[in-house]
Amino acid sequence: MCLVVLERFNQNNPIVFQRRKRTVPGLNATAMADISFMLLIFFLVTSSMDADKGLSRQLPPLPNEQLEQEQTVKQRNVLQIDIDAADRLTCNGDTMSAKQLTQRIVEFVENVENNPSMPEKSRREVNLLGLMEVSDRHVLAIQVDRNTSFDAYFQMQNAVVAAYNQMRNHLAVRRFGHSLDLCSKEELEALVIVYPQRISEQQPTDGEKGGKL
Amino acid sequence: MRKRIFRRSEADIPELNTSSLPDLIFTVLFFFMLVTHMRQVDPKVSYEVPQGTEVRKLGHKSSVVHIYIGKSAGGDFAIQLNNRIATVDEIKAFIESERRMMSAEDQSLLTVSIKADREVPMGIISDVKHSLQQSMALRINYAAIESKE
Repeated sequence: MCLVVLERFNQNNPIVFQRRKRTVPGLNATAMADISFMLLIFFLVTSSMDADKGLSRQLPPLPNEQLEQEQTVKQRNVLQIDIDAADRLTCNGDTMSAKQLTQRIVEFVENVENNPSMPEKSRREVNLLGLMEVSDRHVLAIQVDRNTSFDAYFQMQNAVVAAYNQMRNHLAVRRFGHSLDLCSKEELEALVIVYPQRISEQQPTDGEKGGKL
Repeated sequence: MRKRIFRRSEADIPELNTSSLPDLIFTVLFFFMLVTHMRQVDPKVSYEVPQGTEVRKLGHKSSVVHIYIGKSAGGDFAIQLNNRIATVDEIKAFIESERRMMSAEDQSLLTVSIKADREVPMGIISDVKHSLQQSMALRINYAAIESKE
């Protein structure tokens, strides 16, 4: 406002109040683009895009040498999963694919008809779910060979996790009305009690020379 | 205007205003800074992780320790801890030193991410798992790529 008044004043009295026009010089920002390009390229080179993803597993603690005792498990409660040195997956002696294994585990753990050749279940009061039949006696016994490839083992582990997720998801939809991903912490805990992961991994067998380092 | 009908208009190409170009590039830069993370180590072994359908994102970056198992330059399988090739026996000391550098909260969440090649024989993986059990690092994670079906 003040400036405008001054300028009008100047126009009227061009000689007396002539002042040097002051303009703030503009910053030359042409090189700015180059600088930021350099930064961009630096970040592109030094960073990696791949997010860390993977299959989470929990290892059992090492058994205490003195206290070690053979736990006897009834034959009906065991599902024997083997992978041999040639990556053949067998489950209780039947060769199958990873997808079939998922179905087999679901049938085995759920044991809908209480088949006497399939695992025992016990009745328990579960938080949020009430009285449930809990499959807490089954064991998936996993046996691999030292020459089994990691990929075959991983596909088997993936199938096992898929089976448990399928069962828990099914129960979550039926009882809580939403899928497994949307479950709260308490709901997840209840699902884990109904379908606990009971997996026993044995020492790998030594095929021929073994994958020693 | 009528008079100048034969006179060519002056063909001055107007200059492109590039003043907002840095802003654009900065936006891209910030995007990359957010979605990527810095490489911690130089992989000395080459590995191709398996694909799975049930993979989940790893939790806190500060509580994750990486073990790489893959083909070394010589062509045989090797284990890499931090920036060097190591043997199975060194894993225990490695986990201990990593654990000491973490905060108490991270120590309880310590997760070992096993980045192994698909071809690695299970003998090596099993030895690594055994030494992880010995050092009480029981949460593990098999690195994988997510696949649909």
